[in-house]
Amino acid sequence: MPAPTEVNFASEFAARLVDGPRRLLISIPLAFMQPVLDRVATHVAKSRPEMFARLGPHAGKRFLIDPIDLPFVFILVPTAAKPCLSAYRRDEYPQHDAGIAGTFLDLYDMISGTADGDALFFTRDLRVCGDTEAVVALRNALDDFGNSAADTVLSAFGPLSGPAALAISALRAVRGNRRHGR
Amino acid sequence: MAGEIGSGANGYLRPELVCPAGTPAALRTAVDAGADAVYCGFQNETNARNFPGLNFTLAELEAAVGHAHARKAKVLLAINTFPPAGRFNLWREAIDAAARIGVDAVIVADMGVANYAARTFPELRLHLSVQAGASSPEAIRFYCQEFGVKRVVLPRMLTVGEIAAIHQQIPCEIEAFVFGNIGMMAEGRCSLTNYATGISTNMDGVCSPAADVHYEEDAERNLTTRLGRFVIDRFTRGENAGYPTICKGRYRCDARTGAYYAFEEPVSLNLSALLPDLMRAGVTALKIEGRQRSRAYVQAVVSAFRRAVDDILANREPALAELVALTEGRRETEGAFRSKAWR
Repeated sequence: MPAPTEVNFASEFAARLVDGPRRLLISIPLAFMQPVLDRVATHVAKSRPEMFARLGPHAGKRFLIDPIDLPFVFILVPTAAKPCLSAYRRDEYPQHDAGIAGTFLDLYDMISGTADGDALFFTRDLRVCGDTEAVVALRNALDDFGNSAADTVLSAFGPLSGPAALAISALRAVRGNRRHGR
Repeated sequence: MAGEIGSGANGYLRPELVCPAGTPAALRTAVDAGADAVYCGFQNETNARNFPGLNFTLAELEAAVGHAHARKAKVLLAINTFPPAGRFNLWREAIDAAARIGVDAVIVADMGVANYAARTFPELRLHLSVQAGASSPEAIRFYCQEFGVKRVVLPRMLTVGEIAAIHQQIPCEIEAFVFGNIGMMAEGRCSLTNYATGISTNMDGVCSPAADVHYEEDAERNLTTRLGRFVIDRFTRGENAGYPTICKGRYRCDARTGAYYAFEEPVSLNLSALLPDLMRAGVTALKIEGRQRSRAYVQAVVSAFRRAVDDILANREPALAELVALTEGRRETEGAFRSKAWR
């Protein structure tokens, strides 16, 4: 059992681990991110074209994906012909039909198939706004990814997919420590 | 071995664990997690979980049956809504497809659908859906005699003692819910969604259709949930929330001070503590609700119940996993199964 001072030190260290990348992300021009986001959208569309059938009439809608602990938000337009994923600064308030908000890791775990969206909603860790039917369709379409939508997203990072997976693992460990008060 | 009914060391009959799947990926997850049988539905009004993005195409169901059978698991197809006048063709086509694909059983509620299936495909095994609301031995025997029903899914309004008594008086198997969504409303007879939205739970297959659900969160993070033009509930910042279903809403009325849960609170059924009693009562199959839930839910709940059932059969103290994190409003109930005093 660590002493209280060690607990505080570990929490502070963990917080710095998380806050460091966040500060870094604030300064990154969004234009630098767009090629990666384009790759993600194209890769997902090519890997799982049947996802768009599940979306039905909601395939062309604008989904706001809001990782509340990151300095930007995403707009996803999941059309089969040309899916689009774009990043915006929070103060840009991009137009959208439906929105999903949660921490980056909760959203990531949902698309990984390791977190239940309804359970996150019950605990108020997941927020939904706008066209609820479109959100439900998107959630179900992503949940039908055979292995993991998250793996598909990560593989779109090409040679950076390994480091990206490691970064996710580290963030998960930090979150686990925080939830257990370590 | 999945699908085998046998007795454990302590004389319990081995129950079939019947698990939900809203997508092919969820079906594979359920099978891998230890489901003996998985139930699912087509992408239309013929089943009672007709939500956007959910359910199976013909081709997906065919592949799913192959996947499950290769792993000795069964696939049960829910065709458990009530065809409106003039639209029977959709339900007839669903039964035809089920027989052609080779599902292990069809779960029906409507007498016309049951009759069509029984007359056209006498070899097709029929289960009576909870949506039929058959809760007396007389009603259940009628379905068995007229349509050859082999199993009844009992409504969630009976005590374990009543289930045991019914078991002695009917010629078919019993399937009982053990986990998931639970409401006060009589299954197959609830018209509250229809009143609020014009969409019928029983004929369109959807309770609280997502198109009519609206969430509004204010700056203080108080959440208002609406179904159509009706406010269903208001949750203060940090308060656990529930589904926007009318039977679990909080309302104001002249007879009470402040808003109160008129029917039931946001809560989920969890009968893990009653499993030995259910297995002694003659329940053949234990059903987990939640076709509308994610693969993560399916994996966690099915694994937990698989372990618990296997522990009971092996005369071990069941290791009941903590499932409250997946429950609505983070609350559990044993509903009417332990006592009629519930609500």
